[in-house]
Amino acid sequence: MTTTTSAATAGPVAPDRRGVDPAAVVARTTSHPSLRDTCVQTLAMAWRALKKMRRKPEQFFDVLIQPLLFTAMFAFIFGGAISGSVSNYLPVLIPGILAQTALTVCMATGVQLREDMDKGVFDRFKSLPIARFAPLAGPMIADLIRYGIASVLTLLTGLLIGYRPGGGVFGCAAGVALTVISGWSLAWIFTWLGTLARSAQSVQGISMMIMFPLTFLSNAFVPAETLPDWLEAFVKVNPVSHVVSAVRDLLNDGAVTAEVGWAVVGCAVVVVIFAPLAVRSYSRKM
Amino acid sequence: MADLSAVRAESLVKNFGDFRAVDGIDLHVRQGEIFGVLGPNGAGKTTTLRMLATLLPIDGGHAEIFGVDVRREPHRIRQLVGVTGQYASVDEDLTARENLWLFARLQGLPSGRAKSIAGDLLDRFGLQEAADRPLSQFSGGMRRRLDLASSLITRPPLIFLDEPTTGLDPRTRGQMWDTIRELVMDGSTILLTTQYLDEADQLADRIAVIDRGRKVAEDTPDALKTQVGESTLQLRLSEGADTALAVDVVRRLLGEEPVLTPESGRMNIPLPDPNRAADVLIGLREAGLGISSVSVAKPTLDEVFFALTGHGADDESQMEAAR
Ligand SMILES: Nc1ncnc2c1ncn2[C@@H]1O[C@H](COP(=O)(O)OP(=O)(O)OP(=O)(O)O)[C@@H](O)[C@H]1O
Ligand SMILES: [Mg+2]
Repeated sequence: MTTTTSAATAGPVAPDRRGVDPAAVVARTTSHPSLRDTCVQTLAMAWRALKKMRRKPEQFFDVLIQPLLFTAMFAFIFGGAISGSVSNYLPVLIPGILAQTALTVCMATGVQLREDMDKGVFDRFKSLPIARFAPLAGPMIADLIRYGIASVLTLLTGLLIGYRPGGGVFGCAAGVALTVISGWSLAWIFTWLGTLARSAQSVQGISMMIMFPLTFLSNAFVPAETLPDWLEAFVKVNPVSHVVSAVRDLLNDGAVTAEVGWAVVGCAVVVVIFAPLAVRSYSRKM
Repeated sequence: MADLSAVRAESLVKNFGDFRAVDGIDLHVRQGEIFGVLGPNGAGKTTTLRMLATLLPIDGGHAEIFGVDVRREPHRIRQLVGVTGQYASVDEDLTARENLWLFARLQGLPSGRAKSIAGDLLDRFGLQEAADRPLSQFSGGMRRRLDLASSLITRPPLIFLDEPTTGLDPRTRGQMWDTIRELVMDGSTILLTTQYLDEADQLADRIAVIDRGRKVAEDTPDALKTQVGESTLQLRLSEGADTALAVDVVRRLLGEEPVLTPESGRMNIPLPDPNRAADVLIGLREAGLGISSVSVAKPTLDEVFFALTGHGADDESQMEAAR
């Protein structure tokens, strides 16, 4: 059995209608999907998710509206109070909104997965010889588009109301890239929740409970130094704070600082822990 | 290898909480046969099939498919079995063609190959015209056909069909039967469930009758039918007729016990030979008993059940309602 022979090359319905020989098929089976199979299957699942996105454009509503609304609203409401003026606040705010938007998209990943898993077609996915990783990771690849749209839109709104990122084109590109990476990594947490929870509704509830403290108890919208000590302590360990600081360094200074390194390491840790948890919980839930 | 069995399951058990849905079922399906699992609602048919298809964990017992252990090697099992569940498991948001293409890709076929197989299957199942329409516009029968087509992409040697014709009209049902027979001629083995004795009779080489999670009988359709008689005389006595007297008459003439149905004045009489129906009718008239309607039918699942278990298939639903 070579690695290029994929999981189920049992042969299609051939026009010549040769008989099926069970013993031969048994001999050809593999005990685990190969890495190559897993990649092909994940991409096929991503294709499915993209098709669905194109047929239901209304699910882009959140990634379109939230960046526009939140950026403008926060800038004009808190700008003066926190940084003295709107234009002084924007370098603080835009990276914060980027992180918040990414988290919102993550949350939708978990909720949608749960909804999807309740559908009949998941029975088929489970009965097919495919890697348990593929149905989870496929939609997440398609979601990269959503993170991309949301981050670029946030940045554009910022530019429109007067944000001038010091990092230039490189800084902006790197900032958006980091946002997308962080969003994608953190999405594994919500995917895991999606495989655990009983209903899409409960995923939504739990995710909200996680998301609000993570975004608001971070340095996303206010500098950590202005907070009481105990809160500041939490804000400093909150991974979202590190992502926000890293994005700030990239956008405002175009500098690849230690914060950027920590943010990337943090994302990797999240994926390493939560991806296997999600896959395991999904395969258990048969 | 020739006598390798397709399915060999021993004392399968499945618990849902305190409730034992499958209670020690043995199944032995030979290669190349159509094996029918017959049982009323809630008997445990779907649960048994899902355990064998690795869709539900097996709580007790042992199962092998073509010699491969179901619990230990689920990935291999999934390469051997094509599953068509009781409810269509296709993607409602994709078209029929896209569904087949996706399932083919997921099973490792290259894109072009996946496309041509999708086309072939759509042709074979008469779905070519609807191929690019959204599934929401599909009828129940079309969905079922697409579902079956989706299970055949890699020509699996064993195919599970869970109530493949429930909800289909008689013509579509006949087509489905033909398709199933063709699959067997190609060398596949089929394990199907049904609520209709008639269907099991038409298709299956052997039948296991299950009830409340247990197997109550396993035999060829002919052998099962002779246990309940070739056919059944269903009659309704006219208003006010003496039911007890009618029962006596039948017992005296045929030596069979008529099955009284819950509606008053109706009874089903197992007939060892359809020609004996006339004897009963004449006997009843001689006894002065009027009849308001009469028909001769094949034995129903209910009667098979009554003969095998001493209680009707309907008791099950009553029991469920009470639970
Ligand atoms: N996930 C579940 N949780 C709890 N009970 C279940 C579950 N699935 C099935 N059951 C119970 O197990 C019993 C057997 O169900 P199963 O679906 O196997 O019956 P069936 O023979 O397929 O019936 P039908 O003809 O209605 O499809 C039923 O009493 C059902 O209520
Ligand atoms: Mg069922």
